[in-house]
Amino acid sequence: MSVLATPVPAERRRALTRAAGLPIAAAALVAVILLSIAVGAKSIPIGDVIDGVLRDDGSESAAIVRELRVPRTLVGLAVGMSLGVAGALMQALTRNPLADPGLLGIEAGASAAVVVAIAWLGLSQPRAYVWFAFAGAALASVVVYVLGSRGRAGATPVRLALSGTAVAAALTAFVYGVTLLDPEAFDEFRFWDVGSLVGRDLTILRDVGPFLLAGLVLAVALARPLNALAMGDDSGRALGAHIGRTRAFGALAITLLCGGATAVAGPIWFVGLAIPHLARAIAGPDQRWVIAYSVLLAPILLVGADVVGRVIVRPGELEVGIITALVGAPVFIALVRRTRIAQL
Amino acid sequence: MTAIALRGLSLRVRRRSAAVCAALVVATFAASVLSVGTGDFPLSVGEVLAVLAGQGDPAATFIVETLRLPRVLTALLVGGAFGIAGAIFQSVSRNPLGSPDIIGFTMGSVTGAFVVILWLDGTTFQIALGAVCGGMVTAIAVYLLALQGGGLQGYRLVLVGIGASAMLLAVNDYLITRATRDDAFQAAHWMIGSVNGRGWEHVWPVAAALAVLVPAALMLARPLAMLELGDDAARALGVPAERSRLALVFVAVGLTAVATASTGPIAFVALAAPQIARRLTRAAAPGLVSAGLMGALLLVASDLIAQRLLSVDLPVGIMTGALGGIYLGWLLFSGWGRT
Amino acid sequence: MTRLRAEELELAYDERVVTERLGIEIPDGSFTIIVGPNACGKTTLLRALARLLKPRRGGVYLDGELITSQPSKEVARRLGLLPQSAIAPDGITAADLVARGRYPHQRLLRQWSRDDERAVAEAMAATGVSDLANRIVDELSGGQRQRVWLAMALAQETPIMLLDEPTTFLDIAHQVEVLDLCADLHAEQGRTLVAVLHDLNHACRYATHLVAMRDGAIVAQGEPSDTVSAELVEEVFGLPCRVIDDPETGTPLVVPNARRVRAP
Repeated sequence: MSVLATPVPAERRRALTRAAGLPIAAAALVAVILLSIAVGAKSIPIGDVIDGVLRDDGSESAAIVRELRVPRTLVGLAVGMSLGVAGALMQALTRNPLADPGLLGIEAGASAAVVVAIAWLGLSQPRAYVWFAFAGAALASVVVYVLGSRGRAGATPVRLALSGTAVAAALTAFVYGVTLLDPEAFDEFRFWDVGSLVGRDLTILRDVGPFLLAGLVLAVALARPLNALAMGDDSGRALGAHIGRTRAFGALAITLLCGGATAVAGPIWFVGLAIPHLARAIAGPDQRWVIAYSVLLAPILLVGADVVGRVIVRPGELEVGIITALVGAPVFIALVRRTRIAQL
Repeated sequence: MTAIALRGLSLRVRRRSAAVCAALVVATFAASVLSVGTGDFPLSVGEVLAVLAGQGDPAATFIVETLRLPRVLTALLVGGAFGIAGAIFQSVSRNPLGSPDIIGFTMGSVTGAFVVILWLDGTTFQIALGAVCGGMVTAIAVYLLALQGGGLQGYRLVLVGIGASAMLLAVNDYLITRATRDDAFQAAHWMIGSVNGRGWEHVWPVAAALAVLVPAALMLARPLAMLELGDDAARALGVPAERSRLALVFVAVGLTAVATASTGPIAFVALAAPQIARRLTRAAAPGLVSAGLMGALLLVASDLIAQRLLSVDLPVGIMTGALGGIYLGWLLFSGWGRT
Repeated sequence: MTRLRAEELELAYDERVVTERLGIEIPDGSFTIIVGPNACGKTTLLRALARLLKPRRGGVYLDGELITSQPSKEVARRLGLLPQSAIAPDGITAADLVARGRYPHQRLLRQWSRDDERAVAEAMAATGVSDLANRIVDELSGGQRQRVWLAMALAQETPIMLLDEPTTFLDIAHQVEVLDLCADLHAEQGRTLVAVLHDLNHACRYATHLVAMRDGAIVAQGEPSDTVSAELVEEVFGLPCRVIDDPETGTPLVVPNARRVRAP
């Protein structure tokens, strides 16, 4: 056996961790799902919960479980997965460890477009306004990226973050401008803009779900080309990757995932930032593993945050968007403090 | 370049910058006069000038002095403050997209104001106080969090500020969704920024603060220019890098605080004014004076357009927001060719 | 006579101690060049001499007094630095950049004088960038940009100049150009120059005082022809070689041993 074929002890350890971690993550996900169905603002005994899931016996508890909690959990799953994978894609594509769909203004783009669709065009069906969300997300991504790449050094993490802030500020001003002239619209909008799973049911998932799935599939397909790109465009080309195509499809996947997730739940930040870091910490930089872990870990975060929100201020609720920001922002700041200046 | 040497004082002034500043002063004056003449009782330019010269008729004088003049002066002073603060933040963060957002001040001030409006049901003065406190606390927290072994690094400050802003955004969302519709509407109105209804009680505090902060900023302008060369080069030239940066950030935060207390956080003036001024003067130095003048012009002009365009009292923040969007679009296309 | 010296320097970055009890005296009017392998502490030492790095122990002395206890602007009139990581602000012209070097001589009310005018003109003439005065620094070539930065350091008009790797990223013609310029400044204007260089042969050629470092300590110092030998190079760089006389200047020329000789 040649020297090269024998894996180094550290590598072997990592390979084991990677493989062993997946079933553990899956189990944790299942646990969180069950928790989400079992726990809520109204306490329902666990027996009734199980009954409610298995059959519809017309009781109030069953109604809550079947019509509120299960759909909400499923929506949380879908949104969480989408945001986590979108974040992983963004971080890989821009080689920026601080990328996040919210931070980089993409969710703001989607939201602004949705507000325009609802307030000006009277579209109230998710089926209809989701297209606006896609358009808004796509436009915002392009604007933020181009603005952030001006100048000598190109799209460094700091420039992209600043660009995202500026674009988000512009969109916020625009949206407030639209809604402040119409108190009704403002009243509706202020709730939508928080990022929440309340009131999201299976119809919205049915409408937007196929797009999220498409984005997910695309992301998985891009995992290997992204590995090649990791060392830089030139190295990627040398390894046979098609830079332009990978970027374009990556942008498409991000648009589908972010636009769709925002159309469903409103802007939710930091899931896309933190989860890929956690995934990389467990599995290393191989994008195939990062995406696999993001698919499992991100919903744990999102649904978990939603559960916490239901419990922490009983009988009221704290929206999931608020919780992810209150938890995610300190994580982001900690990441910034840890990262060396040269990499920013 | 012209060297100006008076007894004991010698300066070097770029001819183009001086010309631009002069033009800005003229344009600002013109916009101000027009703005003073705008409103429910329109006054012609001649009437306005007459009042300013002390020769107007009593009715016109009353309107101008009690309603119009304080509003326009507020816009001038606040615009100038935002412009200078923006120039300082952009220079310190070495990025043309830097603004008071980067130190979390804007979001912090919104949080402070929201708390007063939505929980404490406070007066206008208390709202302003809440805004300033919220902003200052956030700015200090961000500064301390960004500080590390090697001292303050511009990039870290920016990113920590953005993170803090995101966190406070969630807090603000929470506050605004737990309030009644009317309260929330009022809070949002404050957040957008406006010069409507600003009287002399708004002008004096801002003027007093600017009388102190603007000279301080001008004195720090040259160390600011040296800091742009990088900390090593600046220190080699005798500039105490850490101290100077701290002083500059302090002045910029002070300007922003005073301006925000008066009108709310008006979007984009701090972002756009320094960059537009720089493109006009084509100077490489931070250009605090031209940025301040540009900021004043932007705000007065935006208010003028907002008033003339719609019959309802549109908050000037919506207008600057719209102009800001256009500005970003222009930035986008003007940089298109460059890689 | 030494205006610039250091004693018992302990220099460290966070947990990593780079030098301990390091002492050095820069001979006045010399062209001192510090060489050594990567991470030997030569740049760290230069930064300490430039007061950019505060020593944990020991001190740097300028004109007999601790450098950190003197006002920074005062020091800047006597000690100049060409830093490695300087940033040219967007859109700045060469003349403006060189003018910034006059800062230590200016005051709030005396921001620009005839002296400043003259110093800038002389600095630009000495570095041969006078005709680039109105060009934007970003648009210049690597060699031209380095000369503009050098002009800025020159405009500072300091008797002692520190240069942190002034020739890295330049092609060989420009490297020689910059070093020749430094040699002129040293010989004709009598300035004391202290430079950190990577290239040992360049160092041998130009230095009047060579300092070889390894692992945070000075291994040898003195005139290149007295100091540099094959044994020293092997000790400091771990490079087997032989040392011959440079046919142009007579200074030591290091020729690495060949591992494999190509068949003719």
